[in-house]
Amino acid sequence: MKSYHSGILTRAVKTNIKAWALLSPALLFLLVFTVFPILRSFYLGLTQFELGMRTPVFIGLENYLNFAKSQLFWKIMGNTLLFSLLTVIPSMVIGLCLALIVNKKFKGVGFLRTAFFYPVVMPMIAIASIWMFIYMGESGMLDQLLIMVGLKPLNVLSYRHTVVPAMSFMYVWKEAGYLMIFFLSGLQNISEEMYEAATIDGAKPWTMFRKITLPLLAPTLLFVSTIALTNSVKLVDHIVIMTEGGPNNGSTMLLYHIYQQGFAWFDQAKASALTVVMLVIMLGISMLQFVNTDSKIHYN
Amino acid sequence: MQKHNRGLMPVFGFLLAIFWLIPLVWMIGTAFTEGSYNMSLLPQTKPTFENLRYVWNAVPFGRYYLNTVIVVIVTYSVQFITVTMAAYALATLKFKGEKLVFIIIFIQIIIPNDVLISPNYMTLSDLGLTDTKLGIMLPFFGSAFGIFLLRQMFKTIPTALAEAAVIDGCNTFQIIKNVYVPSAKTAYISFGLVSVSYHWNNFLWPLIVTNSPENRTLTVGLALFAKSKEAVMQWSNVCAATFIISAPLVLAFFIFQKKFINSFISSGIK
Repeated sequence: MKSYHSGILTRAVKTNIKAWALLSPALLFLLVFTVFPILRSFYLGLTQFELGMRTPVFIGLENYLNFAKSQLFWKIMGNTLLFSLLTVIPSMVIGLCLALIVNKKFKGVGFLRTAFFYPVVMPMIAIASIWMFIYMGESGMLDQLLIMVGLKPLNVLSYRHTVVPAMSFMYVWKEAGYLMIFFLSGLQNISEEMYEAATIDGAKPWTMFRKITLPLLAPTLLFVSTIALTNSVKLVDHIVIMTEGGPNNGSTMLLYHIYQQGFAWFDQAKASALTVVMLVIMLGISMLQFVNTDSKIHYN
Repeated sequence: MQKHNRGLMPVFGFLLAIFWLIPLVWMIGTAFTEGSYNMSLLPQTKPTFENLRYVWNAVPFGRYYLNTVIVVIVTYSVQFITVTMAAYALATLKFKGEKLVFIIIFIQIIIPNDVLISPNYMTLSDLGLTDTKLGIMLPFFGSAFGIFLLRQMFKTIPTALAEAAVIDGCNTFQIIKNVYVPSAKTAYISFGLVSVSYHWNNFLWPLIVTNSPENRTLTVGLALFAKSKEAVMQWSNVCAATFIISAPLVLAFFIFQKKFINSFISSGIK
């Protein structure tokens, strides 16, 4: 009660102190484990700091120039891009199809939602362990199936042309259910009356999908694409189980390479420079958001 | 046309669902049947708990379970406090530097901790916290997602409620505890489910941080087992281990399907 009698200025000061005091625990952790490491990566990326060195030595942009010349670096960037291409659009298309299916009312629709969504709550490590046996050469489920229909076994994880597509297929299976729920909530925001009016006008389902559903779902599509992109770029758990980046770096992704540089080869400077590359990619993805400010609708 | 369409969609949906369920059915079936060199979708022998028993004894899964439960509970408990305080300040108080706080929050929403493994490990080793459970949890104690989610929820709570509490003689902490926290139950559940699932399933960071079985979590334990010599070609054992680590969350999801799905929708904040 006392504060009610104190002056305007002191009350404002008090509010400021109170706000910052309440914010300080959360901000402390955000600063130490998000803001500071970003700055540290930028700094260490400009240095040489290998195993056995006491302190980092400033070398300017040399790490980045070396990346630009390195075949391995471009191979890894290529792998990362290929994995994103093979996962983002397919998982979005399938996620949308799944949402269209489970948006209808029929018996067993809850079962379908459960079936499509359960891979989301399973650890990637568990999923990779299961799919390992699907993809395993000769005795794996996929190769057994191929042998059964008279084809040659593929042993998909052992060849550089098939390893990324195989991992992508697994990931689309895991991710589609996650993207489905965003489309589902987008679909449920479209009023039923629009479809009724279109039906009276004699519109075919495909026309309705193109002229009503897709345009009204555009903000959701944009927003989902940033989620899908972010997730695909930072996915590495399965690599540890399935291939460790092989064959011949054929499945090494950017984040996995950061892990290799930092924790297998103990080169924290290169790991930091690679982290900066990653940060730039993450920033680029989040810029997508600003293409259309309508996407903010989802915040509410 | 419309009717015809409705008739086909569910059928197509059920076929897809069967495809989606194959890995789960195979995993559970294999976990509970005797080991065999032939892979078959459905169990060929009598159900057995032998694989589960073998794996549970071969790997300290009991210890890993305890570690994971500790990590998950402590992380969410600390998040609960830090996030509630920050969200309350952002939702109800006008103060200098608000923009700066939002910038910091957005930085974490754009740059998830998963990509900062290398610098964060250095910080952890500066603090002498490598190979500790605290080290696994520490980077997640402040959650931008949680702050954002709760702030949105707190904003919808009428200030009249808080004013009434002030008249009743409540201080700030009592107002938060008695007015804001109870009114934001659904947001806490959403944040809790997302946080718990994330930390239960998280792998790379605990793998990097921990060195000893005393601190390893379930996912790290599974990875080490799946890559060990005993596990090669022994899919019944690997499936049993997979079952052990994923069963709690998958089971919880099967029971609380709607809650999980609604919670994960909020996890899409970008």
